[in-house]
Amino acid sequence: MSSRDKILAALKKNQPALVELPVLNFAGNASIDLKEQFTKTLTGIGGLVIEVNNWKDIVKHIQSKFPKPDRIVNRVAHLNFESDGLAYSSEISNKPDQQAGQKSDPHDFSNVTVAIMKGEFGVAENGAIWLTDKDMGDQALPYICEHLVLIINKNSIVPTLHEAYEKIGSSTYHLGTFLAGPSKTADIEQSLVLGAHGSKSLIVFLIN
Amino acid sequence: MSPQNKTHAELADKFNRDVERVNWHDQTLWFVREKRDKAAHKIAEWEQLREAASQIKNNVLSNLHDYLVEFEQNALRNGIHVHWASNAQEHNEIVHSIIKKHNVAHLVKSKSMLTEECGLNEYLHQQGVEVVDTDLGERIIQLANEPPSHIVMPCIHWKKEEIGELFHQHLGTPKGNADPQFLTAAARAHLREHFLTSRVALTGVNFGIAETGEFIVCTNEGNADLGVQLADVHIACMGIEKIIPKRNHLSVFLRLLARSATGQPITTYSSHFQKPREGQEMHIVLVDNGRSERLASDDFRNALKCIRCGACFNTCPVYRRSGGHSYHTAVAGPIGSILAPSFDMKKNADLPFASTLCGSCTNVCPVKIDIHDQLYKWRQVLVKNGHTTASKKVEMNVMSQVLSHPMIYKFSGSVGRWVMRTLPFMVNNKFNPWYKQREMPEASTTSFNSWYQNNRKA
Amino acid sequence: MNIGLFIPCYIDQLYPQVGIATLQILERLGLSVTYPTNQTCCGQPMANSGFEHLTKDTSHNFVTNFSDFDYIVCPSGSCTLHIKDHLHDDANPDKAISIRKKTVELTEFLTDIIKVKNLDVHFPHKVGLHQSCHGLRGLGLAQMSELIAPPFSKPENLLSMVKRLELIDLERKDECCGFGGTFCVFEEAVSVKMGQDRVADHTVHGAEYITGVDMSCLMHLDGILRRQKSNVKVIHIAEILNSVTK
Repeated sequence: MSSRDKILAALKKNQPALVELPVLNFAGNASIDLKEQFTKTLTGIGGLVIEVNNWKDIVKHIQSKFPKPDRIVNRVAHLNFESDGLAYSSEISNKPDQQAGQKSDPHDFSNVTVAIMKGEFGVAENGAIWLTDKDMGDQALPYICEHLVLIINKNSIVPTLHEAYEKIGSSTYHLGTFLAGPSKTADIEQSLVLGAHGSKSLIVFLIN
Repeated sequence: MSPQNKTHAELADKFNRDVERVNWHDQTLWFVREKRDKAAHKIAEWEQLREAASQIKNNVLSNLHDYLVEFEQNALRNGIHVHWASNAQEHNEIVHSIIKKHNVAHLVKSKSMLTEECGLNEYLHQQGVEVVDTDLGERIIQLANEPPSHIVMPCIHWKKEEIGELFHQHLGTPKGNADPQFLTAAARAHLREHFLTSRVALTGVNFGIAETGEFIVCTNEGNADLGVQLADVHIACMGIEKIIPKRNHLSVFLRLLARSATGQPITTYSSHFQKPREGQEMHIVLVDNGRSERLASDDFRNALKCIRCGACFNTCPVYRRSGGHSYHTAVAGPIGSILAPSFDMKKNADLPFASTLCGSCTNVCPVKIDIHDQLYKWRQVLVKNGHTTASKKVEMNVMSQVLSHPMIYKFSGSVGRWVMRTLPFMVNNKFNPWYKQREMPEASTTSFNSWYQNNRKA
Repeated sequence: MNIGLFIPCYIDQLYPQVGIATLQILERLGLSVTYPTNQTCCGQPMANSGFEHLTKDTSHNFVTNFSDFDYIVCPSGSCTLHIKDHLHDDANPDKAISIRKKTVELTEFLTDIIKVKNLDVHFPHKVGLHQSCHGLRGLGLAQMSELIAPPFSKPENLLSMVKRLELIDLERKDECCGFGGTFCVFEEAVSVKMGQDRVADHTVHGAEYITGVDMSCLMHLDGILRRQKSNVKVIHIAEILNSVTK
């Protein structure tokens, strides 16, 4: 008898009479200002939230935040550092159309200073942003970069995880993640330090 | 028991010789409990969430067979290799066989209490495979060659100066630098090298979803993600009780998990692994190791609902004042004290007694495990199975004799004295543990019973 | 209403004044109270040590003594909880079940059954309330700090009726004191440390007295206070609620 069959047989024998699943009836308060709660929560866990009116503003913000990045990887077609007339000395590598669906070696991204990508939506109660491998391009990118920039639609924010999973539904992905703030640790005497292994900072742009 | 074969009481006694350290340990963990309270208070429906989580887990335990079959089917369809391990040994062998197939001698591992339970690191070390723990706290205790003292904060018992010295010795940081920011940066650089050179990465699993065949790994540091996204092979080790039926059930558990654990609204990374990325090999090892057996017990089944948040550690007044290592088991604290005896009753017979049964653990538990009731029940089981001392047996028998017979009770000596003689904590001699740091109760001149007979009856 | 007075063994032997205060409070309310003189103990010391199987005779004795009352009132949260959770009697199973339901801790009895609204008592002191765990988390005498639910406290409410009594705040309002039955000797180091920390929380906030619904916790705290040669005293809540204005 294989271990699989042994375990399954033991479970069948030992599990108690069926207990019904509860009916989940949770919903967040949609009447509160979701953008405000999202911003407050994400700021509280070390993220930076910036509301912008257009794509050009995002370029400006990024340029002022990172004046001399070694390498920027931009996954958002709307952002055009060159044609927006901004003098930006760094190489803009890995245009989204070139990378999507293409197999790449994740190690190639080990020197990325700033990675820019879209998120699917935000969650007000915990400041998390849902994104999947389709948004990431290479799945290592949001974790290996030094600074992460995410862009979400300001009307995409849902109150709680209940609405979030409703939105995700039964969609499929290789990797889906709720990402909430920069990488952090408090393992040394409970002192909070940002940038444990993943990105040292997270900037989220809210756009229409 | 510990390598020195000491009991919780003996190890806790040792821990308490350094009062400053006990105070620091207590306050650090109480601070985490307070953060949990603050986070929970922001959620008006907190108690309903706990109830929902508890009911979902009750359903899981009553239907584990079908959910595992469903999970396996979906995971296979997603392109994940599924392995089954009856016990710790088999788990370790499966993990090793995957590593061997890829011909590597080095892997990175994020936090997994299951691999602690199975003794994976030691096993692989014997096979010539170096495991690098990448969670900062775990790396610290790995360098120090110690087991974790807490399931969420593995090195909560270490002071920053000691970590500074440890890093000075192992990572070459300047002597005397104990700044957490600096030390974390040093660990980041040190571990980044390991991330970039490991072809195999191992993670634990927080939740497996039967409906979709995906599994969820939660970290704050991003070490699990960085490890697996840079590796050719992802091995995920999962206790069979970690299954939940549907993806949307995660909304309940993820709302509770981090808030209960650290007071964060959610962990920084809650990664849902549904399919291996192109060119990557993904394995999941489903481990029983006594779980299917425990499922049969009405009294102790509920412990399988645990989602490893560690809230019961932080609130436990005994844990805070005795430290994780006094529990001499991979999972310490209140939950560890009800899990450990089912692995080895004799070795862990002391743990259910390392509690005042205050019940705070049960109240903070996000899945409503009746922890303190199980501690009480384990005490009965342990005594019935002979895991008690001869002297305790005698004391209890004498006490029972006296208290069972009103006449003996009333006339067993001058008033007040029988208590001193009978109750084990009242034996008034130099070996009396009560008297070591406490005065004895003052003897009363009368009992209530005699007062009543003199003043009311007649 | 026919009340049976259940006085735990250690109160009977070491703290008779607590039993007397309890009796006098109930009598002043005009209740008919009987103390069955053949009672001994609820059996908790054995049961919590893992020897529940040795409590058959104490349980039987308890049932024999207490089956004829409308309510059984006890000035201890811990002993009340043990009866409520664990009383079995093979000879009289139904009586045991009925006793479980009828056994009530003193402050719970005064609040929920008698619905006491005022007390003509005074106690001109700063008092800290130690919430014993069995009373708090076992019987639900007050809201527990871990739960997200509206606050209430039956003992505090009664103390608020006591004239000139000043209830102090605590840093950790419902942390265990570390008595824990035989825990206090088998885990001596942790027990004492917990007790010292509890005492410090009260003294730092200016308590003259530490009160509570369980004399066992208070006995442990008293042992620590006296070893420290502190002026702070312990007093059972029944004694405060019996401080009749003269």
